[in-house]
Amino acid sequence: MSRFLLPLGVFALLAVVLAIGIQHSPEKGVIPSPLIGKPAPQFALPSLTDPASTVRSADLRGHWYLFNVWGTWCGECRAEHEMLLQVRRAGVLPLIGLDWKDDDAQARGWLTQLGDPYQAVAVDRSGRVAIDWGVYGAPETFLVNPQGVVVYKHIGALTYETWTREILPRVSSAAATRS
Amino acid sequence: MLPELGHFALILALLLAALQAFFGIAGPMLGRDRWIAAVTPAVAGQAVMVATAVGCLIASFVGDDFSVRYVAENSNTALPLFYRVAALWGAHEGSLVLWILLLAVWTVAVTLGAGRLPPRFAARVLGVLGVVSFGFLLFTLATSNPFMRLDPPAPDGRDLNPILQDPGLAVHPPILYTGYVGFAVAFAFACAAMLEGRLDQQWARWTRPWTTAAWAFLTCGIALGSFWAYYELGWGGFWFWDPVENASFMPWLAGTALVHSLAVTDKRGLFKSWTLLLAIVAFSLSMLGTFLVRSGVLVSVHSFAADPARGIFILAFLIVMVGGALSLYAWRAPLLKSSAGFELGARESFLLFNNVLLVIAAGTVFAGTLAPLISDALKLGTVSVGPPYFNPTFMVSMLPLLALLSVGIHAGWKRGRLKDQQRTLLYTFIAAAVLGCGLTFGIYSHGRVLTPVGATLGLWIILSSLVDPIDRWRRGLSLPRAVLGMTVAHLGLALAVIALTTVQSFTVERDVALSPGTSVNVGGYEFRFLGVRSVEGPNYSGIGGTLVVTHHGAPVAVLRPEKRQYWVKGQVTSETAIKMHHGNNLLLALGEDLGAGRWSVRVQIRPLVSLIWLAAFIMAMGGALAASDRRYRTATAIVSAPPAVAPERAG
Repeated sequence: MSRFLLPLGVFALLAVVLAIGIQHSPEKGVIPSPLIGKPAPQFALPSLTDPASTVRSADLRGHWYLFNVWGTWCGECRAEHEMLLQVRRAGVLPLIGLDWKDDDAQARGWLTQLGDPYQAVAVDRSGRVAIDWGVYGAPETFLVNPQGVVVYKHIGALTYETWTREILPRVSSAAATRS
Repeated sequence: MLPELGHFALILALLLAALQAFFGIAGPMLGRDRWIAAVTPAVAGQAVMVATAVGCLIASFVGDDFSVRYVAENSNTALPLFYRVAALWGAHEGSLVLWILLLAVWTVAVTLGAGRLPPRFAARVLGVLGVVSFGFLLFTLATSNPFMRLDPPAPDGRDLNPILQDPGLAVHPPILYTGYVGFAVAFAFACAAMLEGRLDQQWARWTRPWTTAAWAFLTCGIALGSFWAYYELGWGGFWFWDPVENASFMPWLAGTALVHSLAVTDKRGLFKSWTLLLAIVAFSLSMLGTFLVRSGVLVSVHSFAADPARGIFILAFLIVMVGGALSLYAWRAPLLKSSAGFELGARESFLLFNNVLLVIAAGTVFAGTLAPLISDALKLGTVSVGPPYFNPTFMVSMLPLLALLSVGIHAGWKRGRLKDQQRTLLYTFIAAAVLGCGLTFGIYSHGRVLTPVGATLGLWIILSSLVDPIDRWRRGLSLPRAVLGMTVAHLGLALAVIALTTVQSFTVERDVALSPGTSVNVGGYEFRFLGVRSVEGPNYSGIGGTLVVTHHGAPVAVLRPEKRQYWVKGQVTSETAIKMHHGNNLLLALGEDLGAGRWSVRVQIRPLVSLIWLAAFIMAMGGALAASDRRYRTATAIVSAPPAVAPERAG
């Protein structure tokens, strides 16, 4: 009898390992970003709205911000634009845009036409900074904490769900522990 | 409207699957003939509903309905029509629907062939298939609904993943899944036999054609996947021991063992409990593969966007199905007895070795695939297991398997009588060794230790496999399709061994930087780089390089590898350029722009690599031939035995 129970026993053991495996992979669901938990990549790029000034990652230290990668060539970015405007209106944290491989004039036109949700937009014409951030397609959004560490990455259009379930709790829980 | 109709059809299919499972299992148990009679209509209804759902989803893709989230995420107005249909299985939700559709097709096929089975047994088989279908439908509806609406609708879709926009990949998933799902039929037959307590040879005879057919599809599917990875991913390899590849390879190894073990059970009534266990294991490994790929437990190069909630559901389903089947096994298998014996040199022994070695091979792949997970669970840190582990461990079980195949094929059932065949054995081996070493050192004049070994083993299998068919032909005997199929499949295996040996031993790979007008010599070929130009496609733009290839001054080809950027996802893919020349596979991939017109180019020359895929198709053809043997179709139902476990005599 016992020898016929062996397969069942082996399978039970396997099931336990798999169950532990799931427990250990809470964030693997999204495409894993090696950046999470690491300092955000440094950049200093010309500003889209004011070509004379520079947007520097160093200046962003000390408060939370959302880093949003977009371009006028990206259809999904248009879809998420309304959500970005809502984020701006909520006034919880600033949005910093990265205009990726884009035409400056078209990008400015986009912002005047659809509304400008960003505190500042950095222009990344060569795509070099996007590579540093590990961007594989637009839109992508990163949440960076006051210490300059990336705590969350969202791929694809930002949704209301992501905003309320993933981003707000992270920002507010950090605020709660500090006070 | 269409998406809601599709959603509704899926829900109805779920209910019908529940009815199919209930009537199919409870009917024979309680002896209600009316319930048994209700199983077939439930199968038909479910198939119609699943087909309707698939039709609705395809219509949404073709009609660019971007209010459906799945369509918006995987299609685009610029996507060619062919890929809009193939986009159905471009991501998780749709590929589950494809899985369910194929299961419905297999189930209908079993129903059509069920006329030869005793009605109770057939009902049980369909009942078990109903349970499987119910589980997958519930999974789809609960965690992965493809008909989810998007509000407001997207103005345009995010496009199909560019690396999937390729004819090879468009056909690869359906064929691979047909193989996976086919093992569900073997699983259902095994469970039905255990439920009924009727585990005679007849059971094995009924299961054989289904298992062989599923195995042939799986072989084809794996080969197509490997072929696609070779020319589309641009890395130039044909097998990476990636978790997703292993997920398809483990059921293949177990399935190969099952095909052989079923032969013994069918012919001699032996290995019954072992065969049952293999039937359970083959399908369990298919489902485990689904779990590993979709739960996000293992990270892989071609991973689906995974979700832990889905992982928990599949794990629960896995526990119910596999745990249930193995409990049934622990309860029923001890009652099996086989009284027939066999000698050490008999064919049965060789098939036993075959099974043991194949299971060891599957075990080593399994261990390597799950090693990162186990070390993570035991908090030993992250480990990565790659080709340095898989290649040698896999060889340890494969080399003896190949050698034993050449010997075992001459052995008779029950009594081996290998003594009579001593001469044949010796002659074929000497011929193979002389040819193998001669070819290796004659053509290539160098090589690794394993090169002549691989060549000899491959040639030995070819010669040994041909002995029996030639003997039958000379004596004017007929060649049954089952024997012909086996011979063809073994020849395919031999060709695969020869091709793999050659590729592994004699591949030349170089990464070179070229500026326009310069050239490089690799492996006797000269590659002259003429520069790059821009190319435009329907939904991408890119850069194409032009290289002129010559062999000892004679022109061979003009190759144009490309790098494409797909507009919507911004993703960059590499389109390799490939040319066959005298059995050598020349592969060029365009690398990076190094500035000043210079580009990095990857040059690979792989001898006989195409033969690997051809060999796999030959193996699959062998399987198809064997599965179509008339013997299986004319095997009429023996009058149903009393549904109790009767210790039967096998002779």
